[in-house]
Amino acid sequence: MTEAAVDRYESTQTASERRPGFVVQLYIYAALFIVSAIILIPLITTALGGFKTLGDLRTNPFGLPREWNWSNYAEIFFSFRYWQLLWNSLFIAVLTVVLTVIISATAAYVFAHVRFFGSGFLLNYLLVGLMFPTATAILPLFLKIRDLGILNTHWGVILPQVAFHIGMAVLLFRNYFRNMPSELFEAAFIDGCGYIRFFWHVTLPLSRPILATVGIITFVQSWNNYLLPLIFLNSESLYPWPLGMMVYRGEFGTDWHLILAFITLTILPTIIVFFLAQKHVVAGLTAGALKG
Amino acid sequence: MTTGVADIDAGAGPAARGGSKTMGWRDRLPVLVLFMPPALVLFTVFVILPMGEAAWYSLYNWNGYGLPTQFVGLRNFEVLFSRPAFLQSMINCGLIILVSLTIQLPLALWLATLVSNRIRGAVTFRLIFFMPYVLADVAAGLIWRFVYDGDYGLFGAIGRVFGIEHLFLLADKDTAIYALLAVIVWKYFGFHMMLFIAGMQAIDRDLLEAAEIDGASRWQKFRFITLPLLGSTLRLSVFFVIVGSLQLFDIVMPLTGGGPSDTTQTLVSFLYTFGVMRMQVGFGSAVGVVLFVLSVVLAFSYKRIFMRND
Repeated sequence: MTEAAVDRYESTQTASERRPGFVVQLYIYAALFIVSAIILIPLITTALGGFKTLGDLRTNPFGLPREWNWSNYAEIFFSFRYWQLLWNSLFIAVLTVVLTVIISATAAYVFAHVRFFGSGFLLNYLLVGLMFPTATAILPLFLKIRDLGILNTHWGVILPQVAFHIGMAVLLFRNYFRNMPSELFEAAFIDGCGYIRFFWHVTLPLSRPILATVGIITFVQSWNNYLLPLIFLNSESLYPWPLGMMVYRGEFGTDWHLILAFITLTILPTIIVFFLAQKHVVAGLTAGALKG
Repeated sequence: MTTGVADIDAGAGPAARGGSKTMGWRDRLPVLVLFMPPALVLFTVFVILPMGEAAWYSLYNWNGYGLPTQFVGLRNFEVLFSRPAFLQSMINCGLIILVSLTIQLPLALWLATLVSNRIRGAVTFRLIFFMPYVLADVAAGLIWRFVYDGDYGLFGAIGRVFGIEHLFLLADKDTAIYALLAVIVWKYFGFHMMLFIAGMQAIDRDLLEAAEIDGASRWQKFRFITLPLLGSTLRLSVFFVIVGSLQLFDIVMPLTGGGPSDTTQTLVSFLYTFGVMRMQVGFGSAVGVVLFVLSVVLAFSYKRIFMRND
């Protein structure tokens, strides 16, 4: 996600210099409002549903609550369970991001700047992971996690997540590092600066945009991950929020007013961060895909 | 998992060639020893070894305890391909690709052209359309589980307007898969739209202006300038569709869990239901191997055939 990408994202003038005519604008707005409604109605009715009683929800799922009932939300918001789920997700995601960035950036640095026998082969080796879904080897992976004694711990989720992100992250980092001006290196190396110092003092500080891209992609995927925690975690006290949400739904069956409040509160952090950092999130997720 | 195999030219970049002249083995060794092993070890242990083991275990009947001893040859694969639920999950995978190509991508492209106009609120609309993509699949799935609910949900209310009580689309064998497909389109079109917008922004504006001066209509500009120049983005989008359909799981679980009667199984939900839940390590690994072969063959041949010049 370069600054240019962010700027481009902000500019709306692409297809045409001219503002479209009135009739065309009418057609455009009609289409955009209809699609927006299809996107937003499920989300808004979910949030409103959390304020309703079950009876109100049954007779009136679309409308505003007849009586604003704050207790569903309050009960969840002030429960230990809710905060524990968010904390677990945050813990897993932050460690996944930090480890992915450190491990991939260092490896990518070597691939970008240090010549050694077999570097091409090793790079392709790491990129093999991009070709198949995490789920393919999930059972052997489960046994491995069990045998390593990290089943039902956060590390059992974090380490495989990092491993599965390495390919994508190394590719993005390497392409970025390679495009740094070579004069930098020559000057630094002549001055007696070694590879490691150069990495720390020059490469990393100059790589903020790509660090942000990799960080955002990794964070979002970890924050939303369901499959690995589902299989590798047993204790509810360790669950991240997507898993906790499914458990909650299982517990409360058709008490949809409670489930809707729970869904709303657990997706709230995602939505808040999305709107606060919209430019970076959008640019990060799409630029990562385009460059990868 | 962003893309498949990228074109990699062996060796280091131009910068290294400039710099490494002055750097001998003594200088390179510390960085190699310090920087390479973590990535290689972690990747090998958690990605490559399990994949190899999956191929090995797939030849056994094994519950995961002790060592695999009951060698059954290709029996697991025979059983797999004779299971209607598995064949259904392959069909569903194809159906997801089909719907994505015929409905999702055209929709995304159409909306990308609309929000690229100079109109008020264009950025807000883009954000709204992109929002479902950022939500966790599980959350989106559960929200739609509510929307489709025949008693308390939106479709229930719509059904009652038409005199249908307890309209449960997800519980009906004939409609569940379409209900699932609709949610997939809802969830993912915004991502493709953003890719298209990025692709359209790379198009030289002078071309469009020149066409405008020559009196080209909106459709003509789209058909003869935007669309051809969007080729590489479109091919990338299709690639994501294929890869995504093969690994779809999270969104299925809260909606249908693969049911009713396995009509909405995807490859991964099938693996989960019949391999992981029952701790059938051999059988589940066989599913994994098939999934691996499918992914690699599809990704490889697609890249070879369609994305050669991108």
